[in-house]
Amino acid sequence: MVILDKMEAQLRPAETDMAPYSAKFVTQANGDKFVVWQADRPDVPQLLESIKPLMTVEKDFYDIVAARMYSELLGWYRYRVKDEYCLVGTINGEIVGLANGRMVDDKTGMSYHTIALRQGLRIGAQLFAAKMEYHFDFLGQEEVWIVAESPNGFKRWMIEYELEPRFETWHELGGVPTYVLTKALWEKHKVMKCGGRRPVPEAMLEQAKQMILPETYAQIGGYKRHA
Amino acid sequence: MPRCREVGIVGVGHTRFGRSTVPYVDLCCTAAVEALDDAGVKTGEGHGVDQVFLASMGAQMLNRQSGIASGLVDTLDLRPAMAETVENGPASGASAIKLAYMAISSGMCDVALVVGAEMMRVVSGWEGTDFVATMLHPEAEYPYGLTLPSFAGMFTRLIMDKYGVTEKDLALVSVKNHENAMHNPGAHIKLVPQLEIITEDEDKDVINPYVAEPLRLYDVCPVSDGAAAVVLCAMDVADRFLKKPIRISGIGQATDTHAVAERAVPTDLLAVRLAAQRAYEMSGLGPEDMDVAELHDAFLILEIVESEEVGFFKRGDGHLAVRRGDTKIGGKIPINTSGGLKAKGHPLGATGVSQVVEIVKQLRGEAEGRQVEGAKNGITVNFGGFGNNVVSIILSKEAE
Repeated sequence: MVILDKMEAQLRPAETDMAPYSAKFVTQANGDKFVVWQADRPDVPQLLESIKPLMTVEKDFYDIVAARMYSELLGWYRYRVKDEYCLVGTINGEIVGLANGRMVDDKTGMSYHTIALRQGLRIGAQLFAAKMEYHFDFLGQEEVWIVAESPNGFKRWMIEYELEPRFETWHELGGVPTYVLTKALWEKHKVMKCGGRRPVPEAMLEQAKQMILPETYAQIGGYKRHA
Repeated sequence: MPRCREVGIVGVGHTRFGRSTVPYVDLCCTAAVEALDDAGVKTGEGHGVDQVFLASMGAQMLNRQSGIASGLVDTLDLRPAMAETVENGPASGASAIKLAYMAISSGMCDVALVVGAEMMRVVSGWEGTDFVATMLHPEAEYPYGLTLPSFAGMFTRLIMDKYGVTEKDLALVSVKNHENAMHNPGAHIKLVPQLEIITEDEDKDVINPYVAEPLRLYDVCPVSDGAAAVVLCAMDVADRFLKKPIRISGIGQATDTHAVAERAVPTDLLAVRLAAQRAYEMSGLGPEDMDVAELHDAFLILEIVESEEVGFFKRGDGHLAVRRGDTKIGGKIPINTSGGLKAKGHPLGATGVSQVVEIVKQLRGEAEGRQVEGAKNGITVNFGGFGNNVVSIILSKEAE
């Protein structure tokens, strides 16, 4: 076992002490409280379960986003990705979306994926904004590298945030064109994009961390988790 | 206007709007079968349906299907009924009903089935917006990147400046229509936004962002799949069917300039006014006789302005009526009891038919939680282009 432990330690990346994301809540149009909080490594198995059903949904590239996010979160859980984080969005304790990324160094962040499990409330847009908020306002970084895998993502990130194209920079997600959100662009757009109140009341945060799995997915007709 | 045979509606069908999980023709058939069942029409030999019209704006472009009416007739086992596909932009549905009315009224046939259907969610929102924009002027508008939301944004700004309409007035319409949709099993959006949150909350720009300023997310209709169907018949053969007919008492249609910039008064919806006037004239009724209305609220400013153009309120007073609650169920003239395009959804070719389905249900007393008590007459406005081709239909309940 000692040998195995030593081998495992050599496989694991060195970890940087990252500032934590302070949980917040955003009141949705219908009055629901959308809580965004940072997951810990032990939360990952439940998060994986929440996105697993979407890995076969071709529409809107849910399959690629869910499958890649699954592997990224698994990589974090099994200590194979350096300095990764995941923000969880919940409503009434149910997981409605996830956003993840990692810190490349103290100046640069790398956005991985954002996925909305519940549709119709702009969950994805709010989670992406929270992710950028983490990079700039908590980690104090200067820029975030971003790619899009769906037209929706391209519209939401590249166009709405006026991202700077930097195609010579290779993002970790396969060399597709890289765009960059700079600190200046973040400051320009965050007023209209990033909401939320802090602190989250204790009871609300406790409920959020129940991480209830969705029973149905609008993206998968007829799906019922406990059919 | 010389009148031929009277025409009524004896069957209605409607799918749940939203995202379809079935192919296009199956979607059409779902609504059609419900309407045929409602009327008591059996398919197959001796079905008695003489004519089928299928209304769609985008099946050819979005679903790569053409000649669909022929396929629909065959799938429904309604051969050898005559069949045509009707395309008139977002007013395709009401246009198809008009053509069915003409076919029956002329004596060419006794019974017609009209199906309106659209499957728009097969493409991204961007592609959908671009597809809808193809109905704009091909030289003066479309090449410059104009879209329907951008026109609606500019139109809203003009109306706000001229008449004092506010963003909160639009939100009031939004909340009303979403509330109505909660009682409509066929509605796409099942969520009621709270007025204070979407207009005043510190996070309103995040949860209700501008789509085309001053229009926000909750001021514009969603992109929907869906189908609706009606069975029309000559009133003199109505006793063949299960349901008592709801009579089509008036139909009016009018057009306006293709390029919006060429209109004399950019804040007017002249084609809406003329279409409604023609429908009133044909029916012998006026706005004061209407008990319920389905107006084309793809963008909420349209519901307000159309409510003025069809004569319910003076020009510039539509938003004041909204503030008073006149357009709610129980108010002076309930508008968009179905949830409207805003909350029920707007599958383009289906919309005009869906509006008529709602009025028929209201006049039959079958609208359940959204019923307007004692409704006898109702009007629809189906709006094509940015108001360059409008069809209005008046339906009346026959005396018991």
